[in-house]
Amino acid sequence: MLSKGLKRKREEEQEKETLAVDTWWLDPSLPAVAQAPPPATSSSLFDLSVLKLHHSLRQSEPDLRHLVLVVNTLRRVQASMAPEPTLPPMPSPSAAPCVADSLLASSDAALSASMASLLEDLSHIEGLSQAPQPLVDEGLPGRPAGGSPPSLGALDLLGPATGCLLDDELEGLFEDIDTSMYDSELWAPASEALKPGPEDGPGKEEALELDEAELDYLLDVLVGTQALERPPGPGR
Amino acid sequence: MVLQPSERYHRDWSHRRLGPWCSPTGSPAPLSCETGCGEGSWILVCRLLVPTQVSLLSMEEDIDTRKINNSFLRDHSYATEADIISTVEFNHTGELLATGDKGGRVVIFQREQESKNQVHRRGEYNVYSTFQSHEPEFDYLKSLEIEEKINKIRWLPQQNAAYFLLSTNDKTVKLWKVSERDKRPEGYNLKDEEGRLRDPATITTLRVPVLRPMDLMVEATPRRVFANAHTYHINSISVNSDYETYMSADDLRINLWNFEITNQSFNIVDIKPANMEELTEVITAAEFHPHHCNSFVYSSSKGTIRLCDMRASALCDRHSKFFEEPEDPSNRSFFSEIISSISDVKFSHSGRYIMTRDYLTVKVWDLNMENRPIETYQVHDYLRSKLCSLYENDCIFDKFECVWNGSDSVIMTGSYNNFFRMFDRNTKRDVTLEASRENSKPRAILKPRKVCVGGKRRKDEISVDSLDFSKKILHTAWHPSENIIAVAATNNLYIFQDKVN
Repeated sequence: MLSKGLKRKREEEQEKETLAVDTWWLDPSLPAVAQAPPPATSSSLFDLSVLKLHHSLRQSEPDLRHLVLVVNTLRRVQASMAPEPTLPPMPSPSAAPCVADSLLASSDAALSASMASLLEDLSHIEGLSQAPQPLVDEGLPGRPAGGSPPSLGALDLLGPATGCLLDDELEGLFEDIDTSMYDSELWAPASEALKPGPEDGPGKEEALELDEAELDYLLDVLVGTQALERPPGPGR
Repeated sequence: MVLQPSERYHRDWSHRRLGPWCSPTGSPAPLSCETGCGEGSWILVCRLLVPTQVSLLSMEEDIDTRKINNSFLRDHSYATEADIISTVEFNHTGELLATGDKGGRVVIFQREQESKNQVHRRGEYNVYSTFQSHEPEFDYLKSLEIEEKINKIRWLPQQNAAYFLLSTNDKTVKLWKVSERDKRPEGYNLKDEEGRLRDPATITTLRVPVLRPMDLMVEATPRRVFANAHTYHINSISVNSDYETYMSADDLRINLWNFEITNQSFNIVDIKPANMEELTEVITAAEFHPHHCNSFVYSSSKGTIRLCDMRASALCDRHSKFFEEPEDPSNRSFFSEIISSISDVKFSHSGRYIMTRDYLTVKVWDLNMENRPIETYQVHDYLRSKLCSLYENDCIFDKFECVWNGSDSVIMTGSYNNFFRMFDRNTKRDVTLEASRENSKPRAILKPRKVCVGGKRRKDEISVDSLDFSKKILHTAWHPSENIIAVAATNNLYIFQDKVN
């Protein structure tokens, strides 16, 4: 049903945009892959997926399976839209590399912006557990732009949103916030070694850059969270 | 609320003729093999409605059931969203058939007893009991509404006169006892006939209360409530073959319960990552092995099945077997993962095979072979070119169930347009049938349906673009020993029977 070597004409693409299934981007041996992706199909799928993600996250209790599948699909689409840092020249007159580039950039910016706004919205609802995350995410200089981190932030929200305070991983929420400046000298190297993740390196420098106001805010958050913490219910 | 089992409302009487049922005209369909699906050999036994208003009306005296049913058939406004059937399950003997709906209600149907006078009525099911299993709840801590929709019902094997079943919504599992009462004590000393307490000073004699027969009454009482153990939405429950334990599975965890203990459960599977950012997979279904009480399987949104052995460790994070079919490179697309997500997993009655349902296929796996299924059946492959549209309208996320027949020779699953499909594993024949009101003349033989994928559409065929995607058959059930099937289509429950039966 799906012929690998079939190159779709531009006008056919326009008509069948909503029904087309992309398979070309996976097999580098295909002649179609030598050209850059037709931006219309991938980006419409991308937009659709982002819309679905938004819609899902805005629900009071998102369907986890739906959310995970949409996020994974979004990752695939994103990966296909930016396989290499520089796009190969396109013989097709309808799309230029700069257009594809700007599309990617704008979509990433749009995604980041939408994620940030969602985080803000949810932080009002969830209050305490959300607040530290955007501070750390947006501040880190070492994070790669675009790609996975913005979309991963979506599932970030799931922890506190659905995990709730009954969960015993409250400390995990603040794992990426470096508190070594509060620890004694004795413990600082050990805690650094124990903490996993890419945030480790930039995180430490980042913590030193946090100004007093933000630290005070974080402390308030911690104190407030502890006040709400309650023992885990039965069945744990 | 208690209802009389003798009242036969909820029945489509509109075409009913009393007397010997009509045999089909023309040459009889070829006899299917003992438990085969054949072609044209399925007949509609009855169509059962569970509209909200019926239960209110039936409390009035001397209601003409024919009047009720005719009015309901004409007036669709009586059927509400709460009536949408969300699960169907036969009990272990097939005598009872339970349905759960979106409104949190459970309706149990009982098979008509065979009698010499009305032999044609055998195989029909009447309402036996109706009760409100789950109510909508509000989680104040998270400010969330908990839906009362019944996700699954599972029967316990019968061990005494009463029937027991488990029903679950997103968060709470309940054990219900359904029992009959046909006697009533009379002659209390401290209460009068109306039940009011008597003044002890007026009592001058003592008598022994006696049991007197009364009209049969079926009562359902909640015996256990298993709550507060699931953070995520429960998708499956499964009774263990030891009849002492059962498991409940949500998106990320599976808990093991003892029927007697409600305030704690054991967590046996936990796939929640330490960092929710890393979440890429959820649990979609789980079931205990029918004979080995230590084994169970669970399926995932990535199309994998894991068999776990509870003897290996307390937390079964490491599987004993891992079933996954390598991806077909020619069929790869952005939607590959979504369509590979398994929506249902069922052990065969023999315990030797498992059947999985993903969006486009049903697969049968041999427990002894992990690298690929032994059989794959295409349910509606014509949808493969429509995946983008189906993604857009969210149909691609629909969760279809699948069932085995009693002898594990035929498998059945639902599709769109109120179609459902049966696959005979021995003859490799398959049939598409439709559960619809237009074809619901009782005892009429169901005509096989066909979807036309391209080119010239023959008469009686339906083209892919004409399919109604809002009419989906997600829930079906097969009688444990006979060729009787129950098919749920929104608020209708269709019961079909093999004609040769």
